[in-house]
Amino acid sequence: MNRVLKAALIAAGVMSHSVAAYAACDITGGRVNIIGNEFPAIQTVGAGAEACAGDGVEITTNLTKEHKDLQVPGLSGETAEYTVAIVANSSIVPLMNEGLIRPLDDLIAKHGGNFNDKQKISINGNTMAIGFMANAQHLVYRKDILEQAGIEPPKTYEDVLAASKIIKEKDLMKYPFGAAYAAGWGIAQEFNNMFLGMGGEFFKDDTAMPNVNNEMGIATLNMMKELTEHMNPDFLTLNNNEINAEWKAGNVAMMQMWGSRAGPLLDGEGSAPGVADNTVLAYPLTVGGGTIPATTLWWDGWTIAANISDEDAEASYLAMVNAIDPSIMNDEVATQAVWMIDGYEPTPASAGVFATIEAGAKPYPMIPYESLLHTALGDELPDFFSGKESAEKTLSDVEAAYETAAKEKGFL
Amino acid sequence: MLLFIFLPIISVVTQSLYIDHEQVFVEVENCDFFGCKKANMVDAEATAHLKEEQPLGRFVGLSNYFNRSHLASTEIAVAWRNTESFGDFYDAVYNLPLYRAIIFTLTYTFVVTPLLIVLGFLIAIAVNSLHQRLKGLVIFFSLLPMIVTPLVGSLILFWMIDSRGILGSSLQVLFNDPDLSLKASTPLTWIMLMVYGVWHSAPFAFVIFYAGLQTLPQDTLESAMIDGASRWERIRYVVIPHLVPLVTFVALIQLMDNFRVFEPIVGFNAAAHASSLSSIIYTDLGGESRLLSSASTTSVLTIIGVIILLSPVLYRTWRDWERKV
Repeated sequence: MNRVLKAALIAAGVMSHSVAAYAACDITGGRVNIIGNEFPAIQTVGAGAEACAGDGVEITTNLTKEHKDLQVPGLSGETAEYTVAIVANSSIVPLMNEGLIRPLDDLIAKHGGNFNDKQKISINGNTMAIGFMANAQHLVYRKDILEQAGIEPPKTYEDVLAASKIIKEKDLMKYPFGAAYAAGWGIAQEFNNMFLGMGGEFFKDDTAMPNVNNEMGIATLNMMKELTEHMNPDFLTLNNNEINAEWKAGNVAMMQMWGSRAGPLLDGEGSAPGVADNTVLAYPLTVGGGTIPATTLWWDGWTIAANISDEDAEASYLAMVNAIDPSIMNDEVATQAVWMIDGYEPTPASAGVFATIEAGAKPYPMIPYESLLHTALGDELPDFFSGKESAEKTLSDVEAAYETAAKEKGFL
Repeated sequence: MLLFIFLPIISVVTQSLYIDHEQVFVEVENCDFFGCKKANMVDAEATAHLKEEQPLGRFVGLSNYFNRSHLASTEIAVAWRNTESFGDFYDAVYNLPLYRAIIFTLTYTFVVTPLLIVLGFLIAIAVNSLHQRLKGLVIFFSLLPMIVTPLVGSLILFWMIDSRGILGSSLQVLFNDPDLSLKASTPLTWIMLMVYGVWHSAPFAFVIFYAGLQTLPQDTLESAMIDGASRWERIRYVVIPHLVPLVTFVALIQLMDNFRVFEPIVGFNAAAHASSLSSIIYTDLGGESRLLSSASTTSVLTIIGVIILLSPVLYRTWRDWERKV
């Protein structure tokens, strides 16, 4: 009798639970496992998805900086480990290359979702991802330092060089400029930004042949080298985290920084007195007399794995739709990113990214072989900055390293 | 043996002989927040079909071994023909990723291994002569560098040698050069990595030697004292001969350990100035596009390197054993 009673109680408990879960996200069962990058906005989205967990629905997240290394193996195999990958316009490409994510059109038709058409990211006519935020690197400056130096906020990288000289001459700061020039991904990304600003195209007319060893590439490297003269001499080891720490310590007057990292710069927590109040999230810089901003536009969105059961895919879809529902918006969440979600009101933290979109910056290319070029740049460029090689030699090394990798991957 | 050594080796050797399929491109239109754009995309279906036919990829024989990322036969030949002096030839070789990694790895191995053996021996001698009560405490503190996770250890040092860190700024004052940066110069980065290597591994040598010292034959030592041997002579003629077999053991283990140097390069963000065989394998495997064949090829070359490196020690061990039988 006792046992029967217990069973009945458990059954009732399970049912009431699943009813609750049903009410929240309409998920009836299945498994949801999310892989993604780690910064505040993505953590908010991850937590939003986890809120749908209930009986019969297991929701786990793995938000890590190593997501790029994990996503392809994690979505491969007969049954993929991860059912959702939160990607950006660069990291969706390897998943598309291997056919690891599924078109979402069926799920959208069946379940709908509280997002607008602009958020649908389509490739070859299929909706492959739902975007939720935009991101870009842009200028951040200290208005007090520029006022003390008696200079206007810079509009171009040439202005940055001139401003840096004045700030140094007036002895206001030792290293007035900052950017994530650490060997590897960071310095390659800064090259990409500057190269696009110079009007460069990474590949020769729609082929996989690289196109960086030219005057624009050399001009790009020379401009970057001049900038490094105004940067902390350790620049080849400094990533975004270290640059932001330098900024908060009040050691930098101008920097190129991600919009998604703006919130902590403005809230004043951990900053030296007077730094946060004078921090202005500005706009993208141009270079070499060009009109295209020397930066790239990025989006972050979620995708659903191809190699999972339809039940898991539906559960994943519903959990993610819940995670980016306009109702997640509040004062704190709004400062975390430039959300592409309805009901988001721009905050001071988003000014730079909006200015970048308005200025007509190019999106980071969604091309299968782009990441190979990015890696080759990251490996070979440091030789130029540590003074071992000329710009021409470095760029020819970049192309040689890229071609070797591209041959191995079957792109050339 | 079969599962953990033989099979992985077979798998990397096989992988190193193949490259990916030729990718089939289709031109597609991609649309996002920022507008629509035409771009090439891999035709996943067509590529999957190719993969089904030949799951391993395209067989290319040894060409992975001789491409620019590895032995770079063409580049070396060109450099040999076109360079005037040995210095220029060395620069051309150093510019190639695998050779750069080999040069650093070997320098690191052959500088760090002897230094840590000497340092470990000195610590062991010093600790052994301490008062019984102090020994436990001193041993514990001497072991700390080995207990600290390598990545954490290197990060701590990384911040200390920052140009705004305690060691970095002290050096700037010491050398009266406000722009001195350990992280910006290749030779200084190398020295820093090697100092870290010695700091991290010396406790291992110390523990082994200290254990060896406990088995020191006291009567030999006493008779040496009666014969009037000084402290130095006792160390030279009694202690060192007693510890020589342990030196071989420590050298063997540390050669293998240092040959796969990896953590400090990551911890010190030193990729701009130094790369090791392990770190280039890691770079190949990381990121968005994994270069499996390239990583396998480097792994096979590393295995060959380990065999060459250890062959003198292994030969010696084998000979000793032979003699005993």
